Amino acid sequence: MSQVPANLRYTKEHEWVRLEADGTATIGITDHAQAALGDVTFVDLPKPGKSFAAGEVFGTVESVKAASDLYCPVSAEVVAANDGLNDSPDLVNREPYGGAWMIRVKLKNPAEAAQLLDAAAYSATL
Amino acid sequence: MSEPLARTPLYDLHAELGARLVPFAGWEMPVQYTGIIEEHMAVRKAAGLFDVSHMGEARIRGRDAAAFLDRIMTNELSTLKPGAARYTLMCQPDGGCVDDLIVYRFSETEFLICLNASNAQKDIAWMRSLIGTAKVEVLDECAAWAQLAIQGPLAEQILALTTALPLATIRRFGFLVGEVAGASGCVVSRTGYTGSAGFEIYLPAASATKVARALLAAGKPLGLTPAGLGARDSLRLEAGYPLYGHEISERISPIQAGLGWTVKFTKSQFVGREALRRQAEGGPPSSVVMFSLADRRIARQGATVFAGDTAVGEVLSGTLSPVLNKPIGTALVAAGFTGSSELTVDIRGTRLPLHVSAEPFVK
Repeated sequence: MSQVPANLRYTKEHEWVRLEADGTATIGITDHAQAALGDVTFVDLPKPGKSFAAGEVFGTVESVKAASDLYCPVSAEVVAANDGLNDSPDLVNREPYGGAWMIRVKLKNPAEAAQLLDAAAYSATL
Repeated sequence: MSEPLARTPLYDLHAELGARLVPFAGWEMPVQYTGIIEEHMAVRKAAGLFDVSHMGEARIRGRDAAAFLDRIMTNELSTLKPGAARYTLMCQPDGGCVDDLIVYRFSETEFLICLNASNAQKDIAWMRSLIGTAKVEVLDECAAWAQLAIQGPLAEQILALTTALPLATIRRFGFLVGEVAGASGCVVSRTGYTGSAGFEIYLPAASATKVARALLAAGKPLGLTPAGLGARDSLRLEAGYPLYGHEISERISPIQAGLGWTVKFTKSQFVGREALRRQAEGGPPSSVVMFSLADRRIARQGATVFAGDTAVGEVLSGTLSPVLNKPIGTALVAAGFTGSSELTVDIRGTRLPLHVSAEPFVK
């Protein structure tokens, strides 16, 4: 069984979102997603300053088997991207909820966060 | 409409070993157990055990069997000695490939052929359509056989723990028939699809689980790991071996694929001879090249290859080479551009330089 931490929010596309106290959010992909992808070999992330609408593709995660789009869970502006994944894309397999966070964003429409799934609702989709 | 997926005799063992099963060529097959890269490196450094029971088998039997095979295959099979095997292509009259296969000779009048899973029924129908008045039978034995591949530098040492067959006497592309792990009637051949040393074992389907368990138990202390189709694909690409539907197909001939060594024009007649001879003499319109990328992104099947701003080809296979730790692949490139140092490949809108390699990445 894959891990679904209770303190995070989720999308049906298997991204997780951690809503931070300062109004930003951290985004990555779930344990279920990394397991389905297999060995991750490359993560393509946007530069800080780029903006995305909710549901828009913000990057790509690539495994030996396939390349998959990353969808921005909420309308947001990127404030930081995890450059560590350039050298260690395999962190996505090892620490999907920790060291393999992908982007930190400023929410453009905080009300959208209410649309995200909680851990129980996400687990029900797996 | 989709047919239900077929399962190999090892299905329950795969589930027990925690395999991820995926549909492949009409079969439910293990793509990986622990991870493609880990399984790949186990084969390069120790040994891996693959279930390749989805592969098809046909027995060719009769007074004219050898002459029949010479007439329908590009390679010469009549000169094969009993106890030896040979790789060959089977072509259409226009030179396109019906399949690539290995032919094992048991006696003057009896051969076993290993066919690709996706092509097995097509191949058998094709071969039967070419019998004419020849005294030969084409028997479908796909269901009778299971197939295991044990590959890697320690494969021979591990296999020897389960059989009394004198493995050291088997040359490359040679085989012996005998008992493995108590199962009789096994065909043990020094062949493989990984670029590492090893054996392929054809065995009665009912014995498959017993033999696989015996090999895994004997090999565990030496690092033998079950390996899936994911590692099989990355291993064969590093070694430069073609896969039907990628580097060879009904539209890509053996001459284009760099397999001209399997096409024996010294034979006066075989299906595809004239078309292949024209290609060999005049040069084919496009050829398969191997490449690597100095990047992390993988160029996958269908990606466009450019010379300057002109599209000159397409990627046929792509993966990450775990040994080189960089992307590798194959592409079909138009004549005149295969040696170009200016080639690039488009990956999701980014053009990356493509480095053509004359040699396989692993020998």
